Amino acid sequence: MSTATHDPAHDGHTHDEHEHKPYGMMRWFGSTNHKDIGTMYLWFSFSMFLVGGVMALIIRAELFQPGLQIVRPEFFNSMTTYHGLIMVFGAIMPAFVGFANWLIPMQIGAPDMAFPRMNNLSFWLLPPAAMLLIAAQFAPGGCAGVGWTMYAPLTTQAGPAMDLTIFAVHILGMSSIMGSINIITTILNMRAPGMTLMKMPLFCWTWLITAYLLVASMPVLAGAVTMTLTDRHFGTNFFNAAGGGDPVLYQHIFWFFGHPEVYIIAIPAFGVISQVIPAFSRKPLFGYASMVYATASIAILSFMVWAHHMYTVGMPVEGQLFFMYATTLIAIPTGVKVFNWVATMWKGSLTFETQMLFALGFLFLFTLGGFTGLVLSIVPVDVQLHDTYYVVAHFHYVMVAGALFSAFAGIYFWLPKWTGRMYNETLGKWHFWLSLIFFNVTFFVQHFLGLAGMPRRIPDYALQFTEFNAISSIGAFGFGLSQLLFLYIVIKCITTGEKAEQKQWEGADSLEWTHLPSPAPYHSFTTPPPLK
Amino acid sequence: MSNKLAGIFAALLMAPAAVFADYKLNLQMPNTALGHNIYDLHSIITWICVVIFILVFGFMFYAIFKHRKSVGHKSANFHEHLGVEIVWTIVPCLILLAMMVPATKSLIELRDTSEPDMTIKATGHQWKWGYDYIKGEGEGISFYSSLSTPRSQIDGKTPEDIAARQANPNYLLETDTHVVVPVGKKVRVLVTAADVIHAWWVPALAVKQDAVPGFIRDTWFKAEKPGIFRGQCAELCGKDHGFMPIVVEVKSAADYSKWVESQKANMKKTAAATAPDKEWTADELKTHGEKVYASNCVACHMPTGMGNPPTFPALSGSKVVGGPKDAQLALLINGKAGTAMVSFKHLSDADLAGLMTYTRNAWANKGGDTVMPAEVKAARSAGK
Repeated sequence: MSTATHDPAHDGHTHDEHEHKPYGMMRWFGSTNHKDIGTMYLWFSFSMFLVGGVMALIIRAELFQPGLQIVRPEFFNSMTTYHGLIMVFGAIMPAFVGFANWLIPMQIGAPDMAFPRMNNLSFWLLPPAAMLLIAAQFAPGGCAGVGWTMYAPLTTQAGPAMDLTIFAVHILGMSSIMGSINIITTILNMRAPGMTLMKMPLFCWTWLITAYLLVASMPVLAGAVTMTLTDRHFGTNFFNAAGGGDPVLYQHIFWFFGHPEVYIIAIPAFGVISQVIPAFSRKPLFGYASMVYATASIAILSFMVWAHHMYTVGMPVEGQLFFMYATTLIAIPTGVKVFNWVATMWKGSLTFETQMLFALGFLFLFTLGGFTGLVLSIVPVDVQLHDTYYVVAHFHYVMVAGALFSAFAGIYFWLPKWTGRMYNETLGKWHFWLSLIFFNVTFFVQHFLGLAGMPRRIPDYALQFTEFNAISSIGAFGFGLSQLLFLYIVIKCITTGEKAEQKQWEGADSLEWTHLPSPAPYHSFTTPPPLK
Repeated sequence: MSNKLAGIFAALLMAPAAVFADYKLNLQMPNTALGHNIYDLHSIITWICVVIFILVFGFMFYAIFKHRKSVGHKSANFHEHLGVEIVWTIVPCLILLAMMVPATKSLIELRDTSEPDMTIKATGHQWKWGYDYIKGEGEGISFYSSLSTPRSQIDGKTPEDIAARQANPNYLLETDTHVVVPVGKKVRVLVTAADVIHAWWVPALAVKQDAVPGFIRDTWFKAEKPGIFRGQCAELCGKDHGFMPIVVEVKSAADYSKWVESQKANMKKTAAATAPDKEWTADELKTHGEKVYASNCVACHMPTGMGNPPTFPALSGSKVVGGPKDAQLALLINGKAGTAMVSFKHLSDADLAGLMTYTRNAWANKGGDTVMPAEVKAARSAGK
């Protein structure tokens, strides 16, 4: 089974890590190797992270003081729009697909992904999409300041930049769907004999569930932006009231994708954390089965709560009640996960390497973001907080301290396995503490801005918001600069890091640590590993 | 030495206090009964979250300090416990149920717009609000309300401009006209929009309602005491989303009646001055048009008429403005699809005539012609 989809040229080789590997550019352009593709995903994601980060810093620089100093309002709107799109679709999602590529075959005892050529395509769709998003900044008629949610009918007013963005979203969607099909097939068909579903590392479980979410929700987004496109150019009136359409229809369709999207980002992060915390607690994950069920119920619930992003559009009160009750329900499986992680640490034998620090940072701050989410789920309270900086603070706690911190945790955790070299632990800890402190300086104060009444997506603000905006901007620049340290740590690790051991971490127990050397060979398991 | 240090520390402690004189940590003080409910609801839920947070992370930090390898703690090997798992599923359910009771009550009250004392329609435009008093005392009053903070304060090009901004307590939260309402009366607000989605939001009155073009939604408030309450558009609506504030002035019943009287008198005057059959002189049209330009066009096309290309083209020297009248009028009435130029058909015949006369004769444009309101009216009725 393990060789069924394997490149025939490699058949019969068991130690082929140095054989038949194309060199130079073709190794990367034509790669069908899950590790090379995983690496490309991760570097792509990091470069998009820097692009999106620069956009965030432009936003924060403008907001450092009241008044318009650096950019014009329309450019500011474009920055908030593309910062969101690039970070969500260019940085965070590809980062976790990179993890999936690297780890799933190794963790389930497979030689590679199920569809290696499609894997190549799903990566190589990303750079053109990124180029479209960046080209949109320079489109004639100016950039599209419509917000990453791209609400109609504002999108109808935008220039050609909007069309570039729509096509970018189409391409990104195709890439995600292909990646998901690959992941689902790999996990369901290519597990080594004895690796039952309920024995899989939790990271594989979270990706299996995420991949289903992607397959179900990305076409919905594609539909929403396609309708926008036809409204713009081909005389349809889906979102135009004058022609019998409804602008709010767009929001329903968008958020039917958009809410599962939140979990598409968060659930693989849960998977990484569920690997790291047990490893550094030297204790098995508490409540493995309940973790799987909790993740699945979060995924199912995520399709029933979309209108909590739209409490102020004026839907019937019965609808608001339903969405409020359904939304608060999500707190229960999420709570179970947090309790399980804390219980995993309880009576463990804890050490605090960089990845454990990031995992704990995730746990602490993601829970904080979860609580502000609970506050926002209460409709009457949300009516005061909707579209304010409170919401901005909330989702950055979930996206940055949640998804990004867990991606850092995962990278420090698996870097020795991937490169065969160790990163510098002292610098890693510096990276963690700088990120943690500056993250909170940036975003904690935004809760107060939102409560006091500062709307989001404004380039200038009333004077009462001056102090917290200045603090937030200082934090943002600190946070941004700290990420250059991360780049340095990774490059130093790859080039001159000390040799890593096969089982670098005492408490790590999944197949990549127990059965494969560091660095992992080019083809993971050409024969399935013996499992009990 | 130690005195000096103490002095520095004292100064450091004091400095933030001076800088942070007017920061706020919580929701604005509400001015409606429902607003107080919401304020309390938010406080209760936040405190419940804080308590749970401290409890959960108390356990985590206990483990971090006591169950670490460096203090010699050996790991236990348990990995499930049915009892605990049931408890930590059921208990959050109960807490959530308890939260839902006051939340449901407030929500139902929030959405109950029945039996209002008066009704006002708020219409979002890019980028100002239009108000029509539909029912109740003041019926028939109608006006626009746009940002009155001077552009120079926003751009802050000179130290004087910046000083003026810093001295302006209502920077970006002030408008040329206020929505005036009587105290203690249930005011229903119908909210809609003319172009894209906006949102009508006044924090102290606990109302936020999206303004969806082509649809009318409603919300309500009943102010407890007189005063001026400020809010902003809360839904991204394009370039000047951050520059379309809302100012609601709550007056006592007697003051409100006086205001209604003065408004009605004003409206009569304006109606006489801009009557469709009135004969305008070229200068009157230009002066009127300059005003219309200042409140409708200046944000994009700039006071100099130079615009902000490529998104906002210059009007000075423009082919459209210098070209045939009917093409310019058609553009004003229909807008231009796919660009930021929206329709201005809501302006009156006199406004459009003045606007055209002004733009055709301002800056580098030396058309020398005038456009009469009657021409606009004729073009409109001819169906463009």
